[in-house]
Amino acid sequence: MSIHFGSFVAVESAALDIAPGEFVCLLGPSGCGKSTLLNAVAGFVQPAMGDVLVGDARVRGPSVSRGVVFQSSESLFPWLRVRQNVAFGPRMRGLDRAQVRELTDRHLELVGLAHSAERFPDELSGGMRQRVQIARVLANEPSVVLMDEPFGALDAQTREVMQREIERIWRDAGATILFVTHDLNEAILLADRIVTMTAGPAAQIKAVYPVELPRPRDETDVGAIELHRRIRQDIGIEVSKTLRAQGLE
Amino acid sequence: MSGYQQGQDISGALTTITTRRAWWRMRVPWRAIGMFVLSLAFGLLAWQLLSMRYSVNFLPSPAETWTATRELAKDGTLLTSTVASARRILIGWGLGLVVGIPVGLLMGRITIVRRLLDPYIEFFRFIPPIAFVTLAVIWLGVGEASKVVLIFYTTVFLVTISTMAGVLAVDELKLRAAAALGAGKLRTMVEVVIPATVPYMVTGARLAMGNSFLTIVSAEIVAAREGLGALIWTSRNYGRTEWVFVGIIALGILGFVFDRIIRLIAVKGLGRFAVKV
Repeated sequence: MSIHFGSFVAVESAALDIAPGEFVCLLGPSGCGKSTLLNAVAGFVQPAMGDVLVGDARVRGPSVSRGVVFQSSESLFPWLRVRQNVAFGPRMRGLDRAQVRELTDRHLELVGLAHSAERFPDELSGGMRQRVQIARVLANEPSVVLMDEPFGALDAQTREVMQREIERIWRDAGATILFVTHDLNEAILLADRIVTMTAGPAAQIKAVYPVELPRPRDETDVGAIELHRRIRQDIGIEVSKTLRAQGLE
Repeated sequence: MSGYQQGQDISGALTTITTRRAWWRMRVPWRAIGMFVLSLAFGLLAWQLLSMRYSVNFLPSPAETWTATRELAKDGTLLTSTVASARRILIGWGLGLVVGIPVGLLMGRITIVRRLLDPYIEFFRFIPPIAFVTLAVIWLGVGEASKVVLIFYTTVFLVTISTMAGVLAVDELKLRAAAALGAGKLRTMVEVVIPATVPYMVTGARLAMGNSFLTIVSAEIVAAREGLGALIWTSRNYGRTEWVFVGIIALGILGFVFDRIIRLIAVKGLGRFAVKV
């Protein structure tokens, strides 16, 4: 698949197969087109060539079967309470009140926000808001969850806790996760496979690294350090390419 | 919403709580009230001193104005004039909101509608309502309709433009989130676009209310038997300058009251839509 904006080629060609239930991290330097790729899977942008297939169905637009967790909690609805934010998807699907209530309660519980259900998003910390986003997406029971640097704006400690949580939630919910990040440690902690991309524009998928470390993982583990070194070298080359390209312009 | 609060406490305990206090439990702002009274007293004093140098026909004193107020209140002129003006403003302004908000929403969401209506909006918004007073009288006569239509005209463009700007400013992330959560175009409009646009609607409505006062006085001066504008104009013909003052002060108070009511509704009723006034 490739993605163009006018004459601008954002993603040149990307081919990737993801198994059901798999946790895949898309890793690359800023501006390499990893978010664009995610947006194509979400159905927010259409690829110029090629298709995104989920199961056998071609992606034509956004769908409840593909939930999206955004980097910014600006995507929450600030005029709705936490509970109403989480209930939004089930309500849009036209479920009856009891079902909406059950799904909302269950997912607020899952992300540990049951006690904050009646508060408004702007009364919550950054980490709590991202949990609201995650609960809101999972309450729709999507088969694929797309996450666009969901912890990018959080402080280090909060991020660490959220990483543990997302691993647990992924195990419990059994969804397929495509997770965009520029944080290599995060990718190693979470992913079944790490997909690296070349520097954009006209980005391509560069390499795929299976991560076969036992869970829960520790970034100070020998295997993790080894993998970290290998991938970092790969990315380093791309970053210096980008810098060189910008220097020449 | 103001970006991220990077909470250290992620275990789910309390972080930031904005206190929401019921209005009847609000502390009385004595300081502010004191300043208000002081400012008023200074103004009256300055007016009194100045008026002592001139005749009542040129600049009536506060006392003379007060007497005139009682005079006009007693024979009912003050009340009928105020009610007549207030009624015209509320009807015209209300109709302006009823038409302006939906049109603004449609223009913001549907490009074709925006392209079709934009030339007219951009043309008419530069023509002040006062320019249409004559035409309004020719077409609609000197009855209520001409005044109401002029207020409507004053309101509708401001509200439309403001609402449209609000729709265009809705965060793309919120629209994408709604789409990915299964909201179609209509649900997105009702559940996301309208709530997110409320602050812009309120701003438009307040501006329009202010401008409605400009319009009503000009319209009533040209063509009306009653109303505060008519009162001001007729008083001049009778050489009763102190009545002119009564009319002007009544306008000021009426405008202040209307704006306070809008603000109260906006903050208490629509506060959760982040309306700040």
